[in-house]
Amino acid sequence: MLWFPGWPVTAWALSEGADAARPVAVVSANRIVACSPLASAEGVATGQRRREAQSRCPNLLVLPADEARDNREFAQVVECIERLAPGVQVIRPGACALRARGLSGYVGSEAEAAEVLLEAVVVALGPTTGRVGVADGMFTALQAAYVAAPVHIVPPGSAAAFLAPLPVSRLGDESLTTLLPRLGVHTLGDFAALDAGAVRDRFGQQGLRLHTQASGLDPSLVQPRVPPPELTRQLDFEPPLTLVDQVAFTSRAMVEEFIAGLTAAGLACTELRIELTGELDELVARTWLTPAVFEPAAVVDRIRWQLQAAAGDQLGSGIVSLRLEPVAVDALVNHVPGLFGSGTDERVHHVLSRVQAMLGHEGVLTPRIGGGRWLAERQVMVPWGDRPVLVTPADRPWPGRVPDPQPAVVFAAPHPVQLMDADGSPVLLDERGQLSGEPGTLGVGEERLKVAGWAGPWAIEERAWDPVRHRSASRFQVIDDAGTAWLLVLQAGRWWAEARYD
Amino acid sequence: MTLAELPRTELLARLRAQVAVKEARIRQTPFPVHPDLAALLPDGGLKPGSAYSLTGAGALLLALLAEPSREGYWCGVVGMPDFGAEAAAHAGVDLDRLALVPDPAEQWLATTAALLEALPIVAVRPSGRVSEGEAAKLMSRLRDREAVLLVDGPWPRAEAQLAVGRLSWSGVGAGFGYLTSREVTVTVSSRRSPLRRSVRLVLPTPEGRLTAAATVVETPTTLRAVG
Repeated sequence: MLWFPGWPVTAWALSEGADAARPVAVVSANRIVACSPLASAEGVATGQRRREAQSRCPNLLVLPADEARDNREFAQVVECIERLAPGVQVIRPGACALRARGLSGYVGSEAEAAEVLLEAVVVALGPTTGRVGVADGMFTALQAAYVAAPVHIVPPGSAAAFLAPLPVSRLGDESLTTLLPRLGVHTLGDFAALDAGAVRDRFGQQGLRLHTQASGLDPSLVQPRVPPPELTRQLDFEPPLTLVDQVAFTSRAMVEEFIAGLTAAGLACTELRIELTGELDELVARTWLTPAVFEPAAVVDRIRWQLQAAAGDQLGSGIVSLRLEPVAVDALVNHVPGLFGSGTDERVHHVLSRVQAMLGHEGVLTPRIGGGRWLAERQVMVPWGDRPVLVTPADRPWPGRVPDPQPAVVFAAPHPVQLMDADGSPVLLDERGQLSGEPGTLGVGEERLKVAGWAGPWAIEERAWDPVRHRSASRFQVIDDAGTAWLLVLQAGRWWAEARYD
Repeated sequence: MTLAELPRTELLARLRAQVAVKEARIRQTPFPVHPDLAALLPDGGLKPGSAYSLTGAGALLLALLAEPSREGYWCGVVGMPDFGAEAAAHAGVDLDRLALVPDPAEQWLATTAALLEALPIVAVRPSGRVSEGEAAKLMSRLRDREAVLLVDGPWPRAEAQLAVGRLSWSGVGAGFGYLTSREVTVTVSSRRSPLRRSVRLVLPTPEGRLTAAATVVETPTTLRAVG
């Protein structure tokens, strides 16, 4: 068992490159959780209130707790130990366990093995205050590490004797450590002397587990950590590449290696983040999804699309590096094609992906119906494979939306049209909502259509509170003499065709 | 013994059996259409491996897509950037099984051919005129995949032409009301039947669907010499 006292402080010093040789304390929920040796020399202790610690040591540097930082920095220590002996189990940031047998057999003795480990950590990370405890069980070993000496070895079989004088607070179970002293049980030895059956009756399974630990018969073994496979891939381009095709071509081998790495780990990537870095330090990052699994060609296509979309706008220089990171992975077994073909949807996905590769990411769309008052904004077009993002929910009343039936032809961008009265002068609306004349002719492009019937106006006021996005317009339905109905919009004195009832 | 050495009757029997096997492989049941339209179409539905030419698509196209989509078939729509998805949903098209390729430009033929690989119903608006050769290429793909092509516009080898005419909207007057429903006449002329058949339909209804307005009217056309 390796234990690094005050790890949060060490982690802070490592990540900030700061000097821990000054009074430093890490505070969580107004209580000190860790402090540097200098601070504890001044009387600061874990569990104190922040105010109290500051009154004892006025020049104390108080830091907020950051679990992510502790874990991140501790990963270095684990890597460093793993280089010497495999099968490390991280108990928490600052404490880890490994089987003593392997390394001590190699080095000579347990004490020497402990020295070797501590030295390796000190060499890699600089001065740290590591302690090593060696014992039969994990609990005993941790208690041994808490003993002040850098290395403390509890000989085999004497765990119970070592634990007996320690206070019950070492069990780390709050309800038990407050209750036991009131029952007259002050040390682990007292607790271990109790009858196991009685302990189970009174404290349940958790109590029984702690009782076994206090007796020095810790059943838990070291569960070695499996180092996570390195799946992220990065490729640097020297000199920087300026053509999309160059990047796509050069990255092909790396993409194949990336997918092969995932496959070797038995994983299938379903969500992928591609980061492209330009020469002027521009970062173009985007997360891509697929309903199936990313294949090398599909990844190369996405690199290409991302470059094409960013070119000129977000990217003004050559590409210096490309990074692929799997955001979501799934077990490969869930994606293996079935023995008897893989169903229609799989084939549809293949074909749609091929068309997408031909026309670009926005080439193949699936429609979703969202909310809104304007027809074009109600139909949200989602590129094939993307997760639909509906900004406006459809299941709200949208006053001013077009009444059913809905027009079959919705112009993506409204067409400019003219609506004239019998004299040929444009029809306009005054402030009171009165038309300047009866609509007589509808001009679409060069065509002049006679108006056979019309209805409206229906006023639409949108976002009156927002001066930028405010939109005020009136809708009309107009039928021409051929029987085609049009949905027209009059906005700021100009007529637009929003849709056609075809 | 080779085929040529067989007695004539036996050879004929064998060849017939081979043809029967080939024919059995071709899907015979047509894709479903609305019952009121089914009466007009030569096979009572959309025949797999054939193309249909529509004039005045819009609501009629949606009505044709609706029934197969309801049965779980995938539909593709190529070259229609102004496709009204909400009207499609109201007509009964399942948007989860609908793929749009709004703007394939000059690649519309390749796109349509690719989609026909997996999608049984593909609607397309060709950009520009369709040549005989292009149509023939697509038709062989159609027959191979047993899919149906719905073309907005003329098509050289269409199984049938569906045209929408005599539109009359109800609900709107001169400055009042709002559009509620439309009555149309759908006329079908097919390669196989000399008679044009028409039906008066309500398309769309206030709910955006299709219903019958009257019974099938068979308009006799002047007979022309054939053969």
